[in-house]
Formats: sequence, structure tokens, C-alpha cells
Amino acid sequence: MTEAPKDLPTAAAQATEGDEPPLAAAPTKEPMVVITGVNKHFGELHVLRDIDLTVGRGEVVVVLGPSGSGKSTLCRTINRLEPFETGSITIDGKTLPDEGKALAQLRSDVGMVFQSFNLFAHKTILENVTLGPIKVRKKSKAEAEAKARELLERVGVTAQADKYPAQLSGGQQQRVAIARSLAMEPKVMLFDEPTSALDPEMVNEVLEVMTSLAKSGMTMIVVTHEMGFARRAADRVVFMADGEIVEVATPATFFTAPRSNRAKDFLGKILTH
Amino acid sequence: MGELFATYNILGAFGLTILLTVSSAVGSLVIGTVVAIMRVSPVRFLNRVGAFYVNVVRNTPLTLIIVFCNIGFIVNLGMSFTDNIARNNIIWAIIGLSFYHAAFVCEALRSGVNTVPAGQAEAARSIGLTFGQSLTEVLLPQAFRGAITPLGNTLIALTKNTTVATAIGVAEISGLMKEMMEFRPDVIVVIFLIVALGFVILTLPIGLVTTHLSSKLAVKR
Repeated sequence: MTEAPKDLPTAAAQATEGDEPPLAAAPTKEPMVVITGVNKHFGELHVLRDIDLTVGRGEVVVVLGPSGSGKSTLCRTINRLEPFETGSITIDGKTLPDEGKALAQLRSDVGMVFQSFNLFAHKTILENVTLGPIKVRKKSKAEAEAKARELLERVGVTAQADKYPAQLSGGQQQRVAIARSLAMEPKVMLFDEPTSALDPEMVNEVLEVMTSLAKSGMTMIVVTHEMGFARRAADRVVFMADGEIVEVATPATFFTAPRSNRAKDFLGKILTH
Repeated sequence: MGELFATYNILGAFGLTILLTVSSAVGSLVIGTVVAIMRVSPVRFLNRVGAFYVNVVRNTPLTLIIVFCNIGFIVNLGMSFTDNIARNNIIWAIIGLSFYHAAFVCEALRSGVNTVPAGQAEAARSIGLTFGQSLTEVLLPQAFRGAITPLGNTLIALTKNTTVATAIGVAEISGLMKEMMEFRPDVIVVIFLIVALGFVILTLPIGLVTTHLSSKLAVKR
């Protein structure tokens, strides 16, 4: 048995072992996303406070936290859908540019899956998945379509290729949205509460796709309330509250022996029902 | 009535009305789209220029704009496209009508843009489309579909507004109507009905087609 047992003594020992909170704990792998000293305000509200986080290549990081903690905003700053004031974010060694073509180019390497799917409503499922490869990657239509059908099969919506998004269920739409991102062959995938807008019976089909993606070695940053997914698929859990990263730990440690009171409070509220 | 058609070139005059309508429709659609892009672009300076254009042009009487095209540009500034006076007036009438209705096209399109959820633009940007590509591939196609009904209204108004061109001597149907009424006061009601019916024939299909298209092309969400 190499797996860490879940009993408290071991977890507590782990918790006391590292004295300083490992906020910027660099993973052993080569860094893919490096967030350094990022600050952001919405008017008076300080939504991101000195965020430092490094995500390694192939790592799956799940960001947890109460609503309003800034986790979605953090996710959206990584591809600059939200601008930030100070600090820097690099992706695969490249610093995020301010605007223009260079930013568009960098965004094409960063897949993003939204809470509300955001499939292009006037395009078919197949067109949704081929648009980026054709317009941004300059692939031929035939090549893009072949790849798209392959991806649609991978997420299990091949039969819907010629339908429009509104004709699909939420779970199907979200799986198409994942395929649309994957079609760009991204270096990292961001998930902004991907299952929060889904009917309960559709949550699993999306989580299954995400879990298999995690196993395939994709670098993923996932903002979610799905604790089961965090336990199962995450390499590290990042807990945020009030715009700060409060705790970074392995899922086993975080769920059994959270260090901070805010994390204990949060887990107490969600795990007891 | 046959006599009226024999004496006066009624169909020709309606032809000119159609020419003015179609040309100005194309012109105002192009200019209006450009102004709408300026108004929704992230560049504040362009927003202001677009808003200024719409507010000035929309609130100026069309007659004033058309007359200025003649007296201001042709007579005063000597800006002529051709030596043929009648044709020159037609060209300037089309320019005036285009710039005037562009303000309304812009606002119709902007209302269409507002029907597109913000997430569509975010998704477009997140797959790496540039601002221009996001506009042409995602935002504008949906905005046009959402703006078909107000665009149809603008086109109907434009068709009828071509009658203002008579103010600078363009021989479209309302100019001919005045002439016919002057020389044939005995059939004034018939003349009036012919012209009115002509406009109904032109505009009614626009309304029917746009209503049909707006439901057929509607973006389902």
C-alpha cells in the first residue's frame, strides 16, 4: 500500500510538517501556468489579493471556495477575459499580453469551458467545433471536420453533429463545449463551474468526460463545487476565500484535515448535508 | 387611367424610386454597419464618434440633409460626379438618403447586438478569434438575425422617404405626381390612388418578408 491512508494522525502529521502555508508551492513538474502577485478590483471590491499559484504541466488543480471568493474571476483572468491590475500570468513561459493579436494567439492555447456553455447559437455542433481550427489554426475544412468528428465521438455526441445547440440537452452542450476547446489542442484547459448550470442527472456525464481528460494528462484548472470530482481527479486543491488563496493541499489532506478555519467552516457547510 | 400611363412615364418614375431605394438601402446598410461596429467596439473614441454621428444625423430633418446635398455640395462646393445635372442630383440624393438612414440601421443593429449574450463574445475570444473575427463570425451574424424586424422598418421608411429627393429635382414618383396633379386636376383622386398603391406594392412585401425571415432565421437559445 503506497496510497496515503485517510486516518487522521497521518494527515495531521502532514499538516504540521510544512510549517509555512505552501501558498506558492511549486509542483515538481515543469510549470505551465504561473500566476505571480495578481491583484484585481471590481470598483471598491478587492476580488483578487496577491494571488500566487503555479500549475505544472499535466497537473489538475481544483479551485474551491464559497461564492464571491474570487475563484471564477481567477479562472477568467488566466486567459484575460478579466483584466487585472498588478502582477503577471505566464502560460508555458509566455507572459500574457495586454490586447490584440498576440493575446488572441495565446488564448487559442488556453481552452475555456463556461458555466453557461456558450456554444455559438447560430452554428451547428460541427461548425462550433471547427470554427477555431479553421479560422485560428488555418486548417482545411476537411481536416478540421475529421478532427471534430473524432472529438465529438470522444465526448459522446456524434449523433448531434448537424443539430443546433438549442436542440441539445445541457449536458450534451457542455460536452460539445469541451470538444470545441479540445479542437484547438490547448496546452491548458480552464473550467469555470462547468456543471453548475446542469440538471443533476447530467452532471455525471460531463464529469466523466473531465475525469478522462484529466487521466489523459491534460493540464486543467477547474473551478467547481463538485467535491467528488475534486477528490477523484485533482492533484491539488486550492481553497480561496475573500479573494485570497487560503490553502493549497492534496485532496486527501484538504478534505480530511484542512488547516485553516475558513476551510473547515466551508467543508462543514457542504459536507454535512 | 390608361391615358395617364400613356402620357406620363409613371413606371419610369417608380423605377427611379426603386433605384433610389435599393441603392440607398445598400449604402445605409454598409455605413450603418460600420457605425454600429464603432458603437460596440472597445475603443472609447470610436464609441463617441459613432454616438455623435447617430445623434446628429438622426435628429436632422431629411429634407434639410437632401437640400444640403444639392445646395451645399453641388452648388456651393462644386462637388459633381458627372456633368449630367439630373444624374448628379440622383447620386447626391442616394448619398444623402444613405447617410441619413445609416443612423437608423446602426441603431437597429445595435439592438440586435444587445440580443446576443455576452458569453458568445467571450467564447469567441476564448478560442482565439481576434476582435474582427469575433465580430464577423459570431456577433454580427447573430445581431443581424436579431435586428431583421427593425431593419425592415427602416427599409420601409427609406422607401417612402425617397420622395424627399423631389426637393432637389430628382424625377421620382412624387415629383411626377405633383406634375400630373397640376395638368390633370380632373383625375386627381386616381393619380393619388395610383401612387399610393405603388408604394403599398413596394413596401408590403418588405414587411411580409422580414416578418417571415425574423422567425425563420431567429437564433434559438
